Amino acid sequence: MPDRSGRKTEFGWRTIMAVLERSYKQFQGTLSPEWSRFLIIPRHAYRDVFRSKLFTGFFVLSFIWPLVCAILIYLHHNVEALGIMKINLRNLLPIDASFFQTYVIVQGTIGFFLAMLVGPQQVSRDLANNALPLYLCRPFTRSEYVFGKMSIVIILLSTITWAPGLILFLLQSYLEGWSWFVENISIASAIFLGSLVWILLLALLSQTISAWVKWRVAARAALLGLFFIPTIFSAIVNEIFQTRWGHLFDLQALIGNVWSGLFGTFVRQTGEQEQIRNGRLIGQAVVTEPPVWASWFMLFLICALCLWLLSRKVKAYEVVK
Amino acid sequence: MTYSAAAATDPQLNGDTSGVITLDNLSVSFGGRPILKDLRGELRGRAIGLLGPNGAGKTTLIHTLLGFHPPSAGTARIFGRDIRGEANQIKSMIGYMPERDSFIAKMSCIHFVRFMAELSGLPPAAALERAHEALFFVGLGEARYRNLDTYSLGMKQLAKLAQAIVHGPRLIFLDEPTNGLDPPARLRMIKMIREIRDSGQANIVLSSHLLRDVEECCEEILILKDGRLVTYCNLEEERKANKKFLLLETRGELKGFVAAVDGLGCECAITSDHRLKIILQGGAEIRDLYRLAADAKVQIRRLAYKRDSLEDIFLKAMENGSDAGQVRPQNGVRMENDHGGS
Repeated sequence: MPDRSGRKTEFGWRTIMAVLERSYKQFQGTLSPEWSRFLIIPRHAYRDVFRSKLFTGFFVLSFIWPLVCAILIYLHHNVEALGIMKINLRNLLPIDASFFQTYVIVQGTIGFFLAMLVGPQQVSRDLANNALPLYLCRPFTRSEYVFGKMSIVIILLSTITWAPGLILFLLQSYLEGWSWFVENISIASAIFLGSLVWILLLALLSQTISAWVKWRVAARAALLGLFFIPTIFSAIVNEIFQTRWGHLFDLQALIGNVWSGLFGTFVRQTGEQEQIRNGRLIGQAVVTEPPVWASWFMLFLICALCLWLLSRKVKAYEVVK
Repeated sequence: MTYSAAAATDPQLNGDTSGVITLDNLSVSFGGRPILKDLRGELRGRAIGLLGPNGAGKTTLIHTLLGFHPPSAGTARIFGRDIRGEANQIKSMIGYMPERDSFIAKMSCIHFVRFMAELSGLPPAAALERAHEALFFVGLGEARYRNLDTYSLGMKQLAKLAQAIVHGPRLIFLDEPTNGLDPPARLRMIKMIREIRDSGQANIVLSSHLLRDVEECCEEILILKDGRLVTYCNLEEERKANKKFLLLETRGELKGFVAAVDGLGCECAITSDHRLKIILQGGAEIRDLYRLAADAKVQIRRLAYKRDSLEDIFLKAMENGSDAGQVRPQNGVRMENDHGGS
């Protein structure tokens, strides 16, 4: 039975006078499930992230394209509206794999900028403030810490990529009919898997850079550079060696190939290249993209490298040799 | 897994009767360089002081027990659980107050402590409630909504203590808790540590350079030197075992007086120009000392009963420990070490 100063809480009867008593006592309630503890990190991080009006504005704006797509899908099936506008949207913009691939590309690009705003400060702040011992002295492992930090980006980007993408797919299925849904179910899996691969890559890269580059602005610049500098490098490799295998060093090309593979729009042969010297044709080569599996393999290697780099840096204390 | 913290952490509830910390040939090396060497012993005290000169391995020992560094050989057990295989269960029983400033940026103190409580497994509502309680307990109740960046050094120390105790751990590691505190703040910190100790709900391991802090808070002390355990003793029993002596402050020529005291059958040692340590033996009394002093024309300016202080014990341990890691087992405690006899 509770004493007179007691009250009923969801944790059972307990005294409410502890603040006044100011005494040390153990916690007697039920603990939260261990599997869910990594979610504590994003929950608290979003408080800080959404305090910025700039970020909140950008996040809201990132829903414009899904809204535009939803309107296009709706118009596609609204004969009256099409009649009023006197345009044949059905022929102009078919709702197919390419439509959804474009959606994923646009939202993926917006997601990149969101990750650039949120990601680079997460681990670096903890390292700068010696916070890692506080996390790791609790029943909270290094993997949970990394996954918790990654889930800040993963959850945020999921809300603007695959989640609205699947809603668009369901909207199209609802308007077009059951047969369209069955025939194009691979598009749904491509939206989900393609977005998820991109989000995971962004989350890993942003956390790795955050762990190694402590200055937030420099970390953002490094993330930006990682997506644009290899593109220049791969273009040089492609030009010198008359190939397209240089795309394996280009993150944009890699994810582009993976998306094309998932949506079934990948074309390996991209054209012919002619070598002309002094106005004379001295050679002709068929230029082929690397196969899709090679792009998957490269992405896997990049992710593995990020995990290794994170494991080197995410430690309670660094041992100075 | 959902379970009651008390049921999972109380060794008595689990029928576990082992000590708080058991060191079982524990060795730790960094880059091939041994830092902790073959530590053995069973620590049972409610408050254990961890002493040693700089670089002795105190912080490394705490970090190893917290699972930050893997042992290179041997192991340790906390409440009977092995640090190698049951790290997560151990971590749910312990709280840690690090030596260096450790915070999460851009957080108010209440948010920070609540966050730490949630990471320890408390549900959000309970974590918030406990965070308020912990901050009132450490004396930061009025400042709890302020951002941590605006806190003074003393307040930051208190916030670190609050995050270490917010989840009500069974064992609390305090690494230099009085660092950077002014005398009143230091006294408050010592008082809180003693309160936690006396509550009987948690054991404390306190690492400090300040012997006075350890003396005021701890019942048992463990002294490390060059990564070896040189002394583990119960402070009270050690003091009792030491002979009580008289400390005299005098003026005048001491030779004759010392010879006369020796003649009484008492042990006498000159510690400095005007100071003497005397152990009364053979029925000798203080009035005899005054009589002998008057005969030898020596003034006794001050006379007081003393026992060995922690400083004496520490210095003795350092001297003993200089002989290739000799261990000095003390009264009432169980300890072993390959490198030294008793």
